[in-house]
Amino acid sequence: MGLALALVIAAFTGISVYIFWAHTWWFPPDISVHGPAMDRQFNLTLVICGIIFVLAQLGLAWFAWKYRDRGDHRKVIYSHGNNKLEATWTTAAAILFIGLNLMGYKSWADTHFTGAAPNALTIQVQGQQFYWYFRYPGPDGKFGPTHVDLVDDAAGNFYGLDRVHDLDAKDDIVTATLGIPVNRPIQLILRSKDVTHSFSVRELRIKQDTVPGMEIPIHFTATEEALKHNGGRYEIACSQLCGMGHYRMRGFVQVMTEADFEKWLQAQAASQ
Amino acid sequence: MAEAFVHEVHHHQAPAGFVRKYIFSLDHKVIGKQYYFLALFSVFTGMILSWLIRIHLVWPNAHIWGLSLLSPNGAPNGLIKPEYYLSLLTLHGTLMVFFVLTTAPQSGFGNFFLPIQIGAEDMAFPRLNMLSFWVTFAALAVLVSTFFIADGPPIAGWTSYPPLSAVGSVSGPGEGLGQTLWIISIALFCVGSLLGALNFIATTLELRTRGMSLMRMPLTCWSWFITAILGLLSFAVLLGACALLLLDRVGGSSFFVPGGLVISDKIIQHNGGSPLLWQHLFWFFGHPEVYIAILPGMGVTSHILSCFARKPIFGYKVMAYSLMAIGFLSFTVWGHHMFVSGMSPYTGFTFSIFTMAIGVPSAIKTFNWLGTIWGGRIRYTTAMLFALGFVSVFVTGGLSGLFLAQPPLDMYLHATYFVIGHFHLVMGVAAIFGMFAGTYFWFPKMFGRMMNETLGKLHFWATFIGVYCIFMPMHFLGIAGNPRRYSAFTDNFLLPLMPLHEFMTIAALLTGAAQLIFLFNLFWSMFKGEKASQNPWEATSLEWSVPSPPPFDNFDGNYPVVYHDPYEYGVADAAKDYVMQDSPEVIAASGH
Amino acid sequence: MATLTHPSPAATPAIHRGGGGRLGGNGFPPGGDGSDFSRRELPSRVYYVGMWVAIAGICMLFAAFTSALVVRQGISNDWARTGVPHILYLNTLILLASSITLELARHSLTVERSQLFKGWLYVTVLLGFSFVAGQLLAWRELAVSGVYLSTNPASSFFYLLTAAHGLHLLGGVAALCYLTFQTRRLARKLKNRVAVDVTALYWHFMDGLWLYILFLLVRSIA
Repeated sequence: MGLALALVIAAFTGISVYIFWAHTWWFPPDISVHGPAMDRQFNLTLVICGIIFVLAQLGLAWFAWKYRDRGDHRKVIYSHGNNKLEATWTTAAAILFIGLNLMGYKSWADTHFTGAAPNALTIQVQGQQFYWYFRYPGPDGKFGPTHVDLVDDAAGNFYGLDRVHDLDAKDDIVTATLGIPVNRPIQLILRSKDVTHSFSVRELRIKQDTVPGMEIPIHFTATEEALKHNGGRYEIACSQLCGMGHYRMRGFVQVMTEADFEKWLQAQAASQ
Repeated sequence: MAEAFVHEVHHHQAPAGFVRKYIFSLDHKVIGKQYYFLALFSVFTGMILSWLIRIHLVWPNAHIWGLSLLSPNGAPNGLIKPEYYLSLLTLHGTLMVFFVLTTAPQSGFGNFFLPIQIGAEDMAFPRLNMLSFWVTFAALAVLVSTFFIADGPPIAGWTSYPPLSAVGSVSGPGEGLGQTLWIISIALFCVGSLLGALNFIATTLELRTRGMSLMRMPLTCWSWFITAILGLLSFAVLLGACALLLLDRVGGSSFFVPGGLVISDKIIQHNGGSPLLWQHLFWFFGHPEVYIAILPGMGVTSHILSCFARKPIFGYKVMAYSLMAIGFLSFTVWGHHMFVSGMSPYTGFTFSIFTMAIGVPSAIKTFNWLGTIWGGRIRYTTAMLFALGFVSVFVTGGLSGLFLAQPPLDMYLHATYFVIGHFHLVMGVAAIFGMFAGTYFWFPKMFGRMMNETLGKLHFWATFIGVYCIFMPMHFLGIAGNPRRYSAFTDNFLLPLMPLHEFMTIAALLTGAAQLIFLFNLFWSMFKGEKASQNPWEATSLEWSVPSPPPFDNFDGNYPVVYHDPYEYGVADAAKDYVMQDSPEVIAASGH
Repeated sequence: MATLTHPSPAATPAIHRGGGGRLGGNGFPPGGDGSDFSRRELPSRVYYVGMWVAIAGICMLFAAFTSALVVRQGISNDWARTGVPHILYLNTLILLASSITLELARHSLTVERSQLFKGWLYVTVLLGFSFVAGQLLAWRELAVSGVYLSTNPASSFFYLLTAAHGLHLLGGVAALCYLTFQTRRLARKLKNRVAVDVTALYWHFMDGLWLYILFLLVRSIA
């Protein structure tokens, strides 16, 4: 029994470690400026946890086999513990765990403690059951006010804009795809029309809940890498349970060169 | 209140009649069994729901026999609709977290064994104890009733976030009466838990027998005691949150729902509330809750590892203090469920430091478990296998927590299968292993018969291998970005992951089938198992100093006096290698 | 290495003092082999512990409500100070008076003065009911001026806090009523008075809790 347990534990440990190491199923490519730092922190955590995992599981397996009752009435090591050992491994664990966390501090601070660059392109993102819609401020650089009573999904007025009376709303561009230029800081203002959703793009390494009643800013910059995969098209997958259509609440980010982006935006403006 | 009065009867008789003995019983042992069987019903129901979930994900066009009879709206022709899928996962989570993990480990085994292990005749307040159970039972009945109403069970998950859960059926099917009944069920459950927590705390503090100091209690008692404190402080908050959510739904208030919402072109008549307020209140409860789920399992594991390694627990005091540390810290970490919720990122970082900190006492416990079997003489009973298995899966599940505790990593992994893998390994496996270990260990005492060891070992191997096959792949899925709570995978990046999902589904079905071995063993042994002696495992704690099963008042009027620490195994002697807690023998070297 | 010795008759094992009360804590009478064990008597302390634990739980419930109030008041601009009905102050006096009468009852709990005990208890129950009636009048006053639970968040909390407190208080009233039926039993044996003491603890806590709620309401809604 002891041997069987040891072998099974060792087998699981080995197989799991192999799959992690071989990247059989792994992250999609990094297409943002802040992404690589996060991936590095993940890899650091993986290595440390991997070492702990192997040591703990193999330790368990080894003891499970070595200290089995062989029917020989051998005496056990009668011990109530060892305070020095306790102090040692407590301190080590505390330093390791908290140290690991602090190493990821910069990555979190860069994306969340600082705002977007002053020249960032600001785009509004609205989550609703079960679609994403995006709003660009247009040439005036201002977002027009939204009116709850003017919301009409069937007519395509997702934001409830009054293009007749609100000057700022006249040139707003509402799209179903999040077109962005490469190498330019982007600020997204996330909002929700009905329930809580979550804006998540794997490759950009961003995720943020869109909370009704709140306007939450996040920022990132897409790198050249973004143009090299999938034709620059990346999926937005809603990541907060929002109702029966949650699984198909999908949108797309389209990363383009600056020139292509301007062309795209103008085409979108024309079709408002 | 009535307990304050001296009973007028002269003889402390066992109750007579089927109803007083088995249904409305005041006996903590019967109540413990009632909780256990309530949990057993819940876990098998929850497991069937998980099969439906897994089958639907990989074979969405399978017509599931019988389902259209249960839910003609949700699963016409046995095909699960997207909203019904969400109902299934909502009920799965609710049943498992509340009616399995918060009942059996604490109110099941705890009720049965806490009084005996501390040398008491019953819990402090038997009437309150009985009330706790029946309130919990009522809660379960209300929850299960949601399957049978027209609009079906709620779809907002066991976490029930508003506004989805607060605005009524306009946000989705099942969000009408189903969601309201869910809230009522959980509120009832809170009341039952609070009453139970009160009993456990008062009993532990005041009813210990002579010689049973706090530092001589078995670690199971420590775990039940601290779990009860956690329950007292956290369930009260959930009860408050449920009241607020209910008022938002039926009273027209706006605690959680802001203004300006439009759902399906309908303007929602609420204003000014905060969805984040619910999340704070819920997770203030929710995080201690998961420690409520695991602490008893840790206590049981310590108890059993020591017994079958024939050695004292390594670092008893440290084990007790680490339980206390985990309990205390569990109230400081709730924000780690909310890193991407819109909560301040500064607050988030603070929560992440505390979350890493709570990993430390858990690590200490793991070291001490290893220290307990080191140098021992391990007897491989089924209970021991599950206790060792607990250590293995707890390590695995705990380590994935170190990833999720870091905000920059959680930003990617939040709401992916990585999280599902993490919490299933610690709750859905480790805590369950604690229950299995407890069952195989205590069955002789509870039912007076032995379970079949061969079937037990078969059950262990199938389950241990099975759970790793089911839940390890979830980490890989999470890294690939597979979101959770999706009823179908139609996205380009998810379709290539289907083979992994198929593997998991098959593993889940096979592992689920293996649980039938346990079920058969459990019930068959109750009636046909070999008769159990008083102390078949040669264990030291007080439950093994009374007959199997114990008499009505546990100690037959002879109160025990405790002389020793709870884990005096490996004491050298020709006759036996252990000293029971109430044995008057003196242990020379250590002088305990 | 630990070894066992079997004690000589003179040897006394080391006993740690543990448990509560003179009974050894576990409900069994002291000494002997318990063969004359006839009834289960728990040390009175366990009832106090139980009540304090219950109080802790109730405190947590109101802590949750308090934090909800603070957050809700802070996050949006629809908080309207609807004012606290003046009858609330009268109700407060009534509740404070009921605590005094309950103490008067407790102090007259002897066999000779058991009728006095019962009397003060009845007065306390009456005052308790009066408090609840007064709270309902406060609700009436608000409703008449068009302020309901759903009117605005401030009124929501008003109704929520007063209702939650009132429900818990009614539980206390029920306990007091039960005690009036048990006067003879209570007076006869000193040990039984723990029921009165523990109920009084709960009642005074309800008093204190009300003062806290009143403070909260005045601070945020008046």
